[in-house]
Amino acid sequence: MSDPIKLALPLAREDVADLRIGDEVLLSGPVYTMRDAGHARALEALRADGALPFGLEGATLFYAGPTPPAAGRPLGSVGPTTASRMDFATPALMEAGIVACVGKGKRSPEVVEACRATGSVYFACVGGIAALLATHVAKSELVAWEDLGTEALRRLELEDFPAFVAVDARGGDLYRAIEQAAQ
Amino acid sequence: MPQGNQTAPALSPERVASATYDAIRECATTLRPDFRRAVKSALDSLRAGDSDKGASVLEQILENAAIGEADAVPICQDTGTVWVCLEVGSELAVPGNVLSQVDDAVARAYADGRLRMSVLADALFDRTNTRDNTPAFCEVKLVSGAGATLHVLLKGGGSDNASRVVMLPPGAGADGVRKVALDCVREKAANACPPLVVGLGVGSTFDKVAGLAKHALLRAVGSPAQSEEAAAFERELLDEVNALGIGPAALGGSPTALAVHLETAPCHIAALPVAVNMGCCAMRSKSVELVPWDAGAAACAADAAGAAGAEAGEGPRAKGGAR
Repeated sequence: MSDPIKLALPLAREDVADLRIGDEVLLSGPVYTMRDAGHARALEALRADGALPFGLEGATLFYAGPTPPAAGRPLGSVGPTTASRMDFATPALMEAGIVACVGKGKRSPEVVEACRATGSVYFACVGGIAALLATHVAKSELVAWEDLGTEALRRLELEDFPAFVAVDARGGDLYRAIEQAAQ
Repeated sequence: MPQGNQTAPALSPERVASATYDAIRECATTLRPDFRRAVKSALDSLRAGDSDKGASVLEQILENAAIGEADAVPICQDTGTVWVCLEVGSELAVPGNVLSQVDDAVARAYADGRLRMSVLADALFDRTNTRDNTPAFCEVKLVSGAGATLHVLLKGGGSDNASRVVMLPPGAGADGVRKVALDCVREKAANACPPLVVGLGVGSTFDKVAGLAKHALLRAVGSPAQSEEAAAFERELLDEVNALGIGPAALGGSPTALAVHLETAPCHIAALPVAVNMGCCAMRSKSVELVPWDAGAAACAADAAGAAGAEAGEGPRAKGGAR
């Protein structure tokens, strides 16, 4: 295994162009948490205003709903939720300027195509190790949608947060490659 | 008849609520001990060779469990819905309101434990967060005997979403059952946080088969089904699941699952109901014996039952186990 690639966020499309599926990365910098309810709201705002809300152009989204602060850390526990639930909104959000997203599990062919067409990437991280992942979050602040509770829009500051490239900007798809290799 | 000590009756709403509270607080920050052992043993067998990535994921699962324990933080940010099953012997008198304080215990445990509130008021018409993780999803299960065991499971959304119920035609037979399980793992394992425990229910009715699969998750990881026939089915299916090559965190290799647990039941002549309930790599449940099942041991065990509880699979395999 080669050493993980260190990436400083926010990411430009040029920064992710050379990433390939299976690459291990360490993410440092700001990400925005957004889950099911947030995606519905972001899509609604995009349709109403023609732009992403809260200046999210160029941002990396993290599909996560954290637990409250604990153990002296900004979040007790935080990890990826199932990314395919966001598939309904992801192509539109990438076209509007989202450069990367972080979650777990497979994406639809439409999302893979959106990554290829817009030059965006999907990072996956390991599910079920959220106490460990929370040690890579330096800061958390509420941005909007407080009424959604854990699903609110938060800006997290990551430090060497471990993930891997699951869909790359050329349309490579790690999960499908693993499936095909096993057959 | 065993009823616990005189000051605190064994089966009161207060007793059930306090056991529920304690179980939630412990489960949220603790990887189930039998699951942890199974991960360790899978890691030991991987070290002989195989996939670097798989071994690294298993190491991270163990490291995560250690952080959860040391810092008293949740091992998964999805601290789940609370599923409660009170398994009671039919010889025991059960007060009708025995579950009446469970929701109160859930609300207190989630606030005190700084856990995530993940429950919405209504699935279809009111998707606002109830903000205290209530209600819990509760059932009472009557079995023969004179004991009582409280099962508490914190079930994450990802693994429950990766589950399914299929009503097969009886002609599909054992091969059809295996295919349902393998298709489900192939299509959904990546979303369910492998390595998995695959809970498989076969039989009963449309509504109850899912319960069989869920109860199967309570059994100690890898402990065989009681009948040799079922145990052999579990072993064969586990080999087939692990031959899919999905692996820890779905990064390829093995193991995709640490165990397959099968529970079967009678059914209609026209039916072959099958349910798969996925157990994720942050398996969190606890089974607490509130009233001893072994009447002979009742007198001395009654006091200890509540305090010590019984880890899943470490208690007696009799009625207290996941049946």
